[in-house]
Amino acid sequence: MLNFNQLKKNLKKDFSGFKKVKLAILADNASPFTNQVLKAYGYEAQVDFNIYEADYDQISMQVLDTSSELYEFKPDFIFINKSTEHLLKEFYKLNRFQQTLFSDKIIQEIKGYCDIISSKLSAKIIINTFPEINDSVFGNFAAKTNTSFIYQLRRINLLLMEYAQQCKPLFICDIASLQSSLGYQYAFDPKMYITGDMVYSIDFLPYIAKNVTDIIQSINGTFKKCLILDLDNTTWGGIIGDDGIEGIQVGYLGIGKAFTELQLWAKQLKQRGIILAVCSKNTEEIAKGPFEKHPDMVLKLDDIALFVANWETKVDNIRYIQKVLNIGFDSMVFVDDNPFEREMVKTAIPEITVPELPEDPAEYLLYLRSLNLFETASFTDDDEQRTKQYQEEAKRTVLQQSFESEDDFLKSLDMMSDAKAFSTFTIPRVAQLTQRSNQFNLRTIRYSENEIELIAKSPDHYSLSLTLEDKFGDHGLIAVVILKKQDDITLFIDTWIMSCRVLKRGMENFTLNQLVTIANENSFKKIAAEYIPTKKNGIVSAHYKDLGFTADGDKWILDTANYIDRTTFINKK
Amino acid sequence: MESSEALKQVNAIFIDVLDNEDIVLTPETTASDIEEWDSLNHIQLVVAIEKHFKQRFTSAEIQKWSNVGEMCDAIQQRLNK
Repeated sequence: MLNFNQLKKNLKKDFSGFKKVKLAILADNASPFTNQVLKAYGYEAQVDFNIYEADYDQISMQVLDTSSELYEFKPDFIFINKSTEHLLKEFYKLNRFQQTLFSDKIIQEIKGYCDIISSKLSAKIIINTFPEINDSVFGNFAAKTNTSFIYQLRRINLLLMEYAQQCKPLFICDIASLQSSLGYQYAFDPKMYITGDMVYSIDFLPYIAKNVTDIIQSINGTFKKCLILDLDNTTWGGIIGDDGIEGIQVGYLGIGKAFTELQLWAKQLKQRGIILAVCSKNTEEIAKGPFEKHPDMVLKLDDIALFVANWETKVDNIRYIQKVLNIGFDSMVFVDDNPFEREMVKTAIPEITVPELPEDPAEYLLYLRSLNLFETASFTDDDEQRTKQYQEEAKRTVLQQSFESEDDFLKSLDMMSDAKAFSTFTIPRVAQLTQRSNQFNLRTIRYSENEIELIAKSPDHYSLSLTLEDKFGDHGLIAVVILKKQDDITLFIDTWIMSCRVLKRGMENFTLNQLVTIANENSFKKIAAEYIPTKKNGIVSAHYKDLGFTADGDKWILDTANYIDRTTFINKK
Repeated sequence: MESSEALKQVNAIFIDVLDNEDIVLTPETTASDIEEWDSLNHIQLVVAIEKHFKQRFTSAEIQKWSNVGEMCDAIQQRLNK
């Protein structure tokens, strides 16, 4: 982690060209350093923060008065930073009975903030958990009585996490957990607190900036999707080609525990929806041996979406993995014990994240955890199925090679799609697609679950979510269209997104047929559309032209009256 | 440690923290002589000096410093204890 002073030098650098994000900081403590470090850390994440920092200790004033600077500023994100130190002071003012109700009071206050903010602004709210201070009034007995500060504090953290599960715009920056890994002695500087009411040490501030930025980035669609593992001395100890299955260290042999625990972690990531891939300089058959036969291997072949073991360079192999998975290099993490390989990959593919693993495998996991590589803004049931879907895709690729024509191949897949308006069940996944899709995304507008709910209810909008399944498996919900009434005869395609997992299936044709049906059923004569180019959505630059729309300035128009259904091999479910 | 040596090392810390190569400190230099030396940067300077010399100063000591010379004297006193 860069230290505060190194980060501060970023302030003089050029932020132009970075994504602009409006961030309001409301703190109960003196926050000028928090402001500086966030702005400076933004450079590392290529974000240009435009920051509004409220005056000292003005959280309630700014939030409750809806004509305050906060509302005028119209932030994208609001970081509400309350400190344990101030909480403690508040707690000491109460009588014994009030102290037992302290956590409920604080949570009510936070709920009040969130309610007012979300009624006036579409901003996401980030609130921190409270680092623990044991004030040593009760000693260890504090953990056995509800009148102690530590009891109330821990309960606040728990209630806050519970509340965040219901309150969609609320995200939690877990400062409590940061502090438990670094320690209060490290995170807090009594001199800065006494003389300036600053509650975070100079050394701790960069960690707060990183975590707040990680949350913002993941909400804005930048996060990791894939973990690529090297094998020898990364996934297991030793070299499979030399040591053989009996000789590699995993499980109980040698320092095998270090590798087993790394594998357990990788498996949890996989279950959370991170795609695991293997990239190893090995003979494929030998490299797969431990996955198939070693009793102590946690990772099995089933867990690996893409297994690449050969004697090509890692750079070529990672490029191949990127192509097959069809995700950006910036969403991939490559873990390899060999500094030479790491350097080669980093130089050739600067976008990819390559952690500088410690020399001792015993330290791998602690180090990897400390990087917070896999921040996410959502988790849905669909995420768990991802590995299976990529493996099914590999089977389809094999089948496709056996057909003469693409149509014959598509016909043989027996594809079905469920196309319908957004519902309670689909809204979380729909919002997730708008946040995550970068390539097949015509206008790249990000929507929160709240906003999608409003669209689903709006009389001026028509929505469509589409699934796709075939004889190999179910892709789940893979496409989203939002239509907005532009005038009495025209519907405008506000959003058209498709997962890249289902490219080249004729899903576009099927979707357009559905759109025209919606237009006709509701007496619209035209469908208007727009393509807004970004760095990543080049694959759909000719989308509307290919679908028979006519150019009209920078917009596209389709006459629905003369529309003839486009050929598709997908049947409506 | 010689007082000129302490001043030299403090000067290097000022250059690094305030990100200004042109800073030349004398014992008489005060915060009003250096544009970047505001109250916020002062906190950062103190933290950096404490780290560099591996000494902790009391809050009262820090408040008493009216120029760089007094800062360096305090450093030397602690180092020679």
